[in-house]
Amino acid sequence: MMEFAKAFLVGGLLCVIGQILIDKTKLMSGRILVMYVCLGCILGGLGIYQTLEEFGGAGATVPLTGFGFRLAEGVMKEVDSAGFLGIFTGGMKAAAGGVTAAVFFAFLAALVANPKEK
Amino acid sequence: MGKKIGKQTVRLSKGVPILSTASTVGPKEAEGPLGAYFDKKVEDALFGQDTWEQAESFFVQENMALAVQKAGLKMKDMDYILCGDLLNQCTGSCFGIKNFDIPYFGLFGACSTMGEAMSLGAMLIDGGFAGHVLTGASSHFCAAEKQFRFPLPLGTQRPPTSTWTVTGDGAAVLAGKGEGPEIVEITTGKIVDMGVTDANNMGAAMAPAAAALLLAHFDDTGRTPQDYDVIATGDLGTIGRELVVELLSKEGYEMDSRFTDCGIEIFDAEKQDTHAGGSGCACSAVTFCGYFYPKLKAGEIGRMLFIPTGALMSPTSSQQGQPIPGIAHGLVIEGCGKGAAK
Amino acid sequence: MQTTQKAQQEYDKMVKKASPNSPIFTNCLKAFVSGGLICAGGQLLLNLFLDRNFTENEAALCVSITLIGISAVLTALGLYEKLGKFCGAGTIVPITGFANSVVSPAIEFKKEGMVFGMAAKMFLVAGPVIVYGTLTSMLVGLIYFLIGR
Repeated sequence: MMEFAKAFLVGGLLCVIGQILIDKTKLMSGRILVMYVCLGCILGGLGIYQTLEEFGGAGATVPLTGFGFRLAEGVMKEVDSAGFLGIFTGGMKAAAGGVTAAVFFAFLAALVANPKEK
Repeated sequence: MGKKIGKQTVRLSKGVPILSTASTVGPKEAEGPLGAYFDKKVEDALFGQDTWEQAESFFVQENMALAVQKAGLKMKDMDYILCGDLLNQCTGSCFGIKNFDIPYFGLFGACSTMGEAMSLGAMLIDGGFAGHVLTGASSHFCAAEKQFRFPLPLGTQRPPTSTWTVTGDGAAVLAGKGEGPEIVEITTGKIVDMGVTDANNMGAAMAPAAAALLLAHFDDTGRTPQDYDVIATGDLGTIGRELVVELLSKEGYEMDSRFTDCGIEIFDAEKQDTHAGGSGCACSAVTFCGYFYPKLKAGEIGRMLFIPTGALMSPTSSQQGQPIPGIAHGLVIEGCGKGAAK
Repeated sequence: MQTTQKAQQEYDKMVKKASPNSPIFTNCLKAFVSGGLICAGGQLLLNLFLDRNFTENEAALCVSITLIGISAVLTALGLYEKLGKFCGAGTIVPITGFANSVVSPAIEFKKEGMVFGMAAKMFLVAGPVIVYGTLTSMLVGLIYFLIGR
């Protein structure tokens, strides 16, 4: 039960930071997503995000910072195994599953759904 | 320059009557406080068409024809059509009227287009170049969101300063002779840029242009706000209206409760979650055609100053960080029934 | 109307005074609860996949794919947009928000064709995430290559 509470807390707080950025700086949601990915990637590179993941579990991996974190982990692992070329392949490899899923479901959705009014 | 008075105003040699108007709106506008006043209300924002853009052209066509029919005329009686909208290259309008086979001037004045169309139409008639001019303006919420903001299914919050684009078309038939409320004076606005860059605060971007137009009009005619029964701006919303009141009070004019805004009238901001109010070309067009015109015709309004307002920007200019200049066009319209005005 | 720099600055002050601020406290509360719930749901899924003998990496990927799928369905039904209006960042920051930003232009622009509409515009909002995510990962990889190992 404790791990759900931790996931709720960490994930919720990451969203609150995003909300403050939206309301205070008038940043568009697209920019928030970019910031989160970059931030997660950098924190992952510095070895800080790992601690957050250990504590928060899905609360740290479900927000988009977790996606950035996965890119950092992927690229470092790939550099370990493939050396310099790993810089070019590691990030994309780690992102492949998520991006492919998004493309696939977006395609399906576009096939069946039509634009709706608000 | 016999008809020009002051710097920006012309007085027509005789009033140009508005023979008829027609208004068509989408479902949200129909649910609003003015719902009962519109001629046609459509349940489905696609209006039975395939795309938002085609829907807009479709109701432009239907509504323009309705205005002519209500004047008891035929489309071939029209000497010119003047209209415009918000879509790229004004396709909403030109695809809507292409089959009418009438000489056409396409206009772009952003959301001030109805003012631009009626001003130029009245001038064409007063100059003796036309007997009947069909004027109009349209916008579609979904098409405008798609073009100017984000895809509709994207989950975002609208800030409290934002406005809601009105779906609909307003059309008016102007004539050289006949019965109807008369356009008597026209004050043409200049572009005013006060450096507002927030595309979610259009009211603030347009308020200086509306205030400048009002000042120029009062200067040219020697009148005050109290000489009008109604002063209605186009789509400033609550924030823009408040700013105009403040800007005018600095110049010594008191804008009282006779000053309203079509964007405030058309939606119930609380119930309909439209934040600062309505906007878009159709906002002033349908509110004038559906709500104010019958009141002018019945003599309930003696003299009205109608000021459609526009924010001149494109997604490109906005992304490049350019400010949003505003424009406003003023028309003095006198109601039917002698003694109502003056 | 004066449009000098001084007049513009003065007007800017007037605008700030007249424009209401977003209700930041209630917005944050909504974002906290909704975002927290999505992540707790993610945790539930993660545990389910781990119980099915997936490795940690596989399980995490399965969670992402499942959430992206759910978000796509809600977006196609027009429900995600309604959630987003209420939850704000709570439905933007999780991976479901990323998915929503890929699915919505795909649906909205399909009328312009399946190639130059749906496909070309699919990453209209989310493209920058991929671009900057990739670039940042390269930077991290380069630094790791040089000094990290």
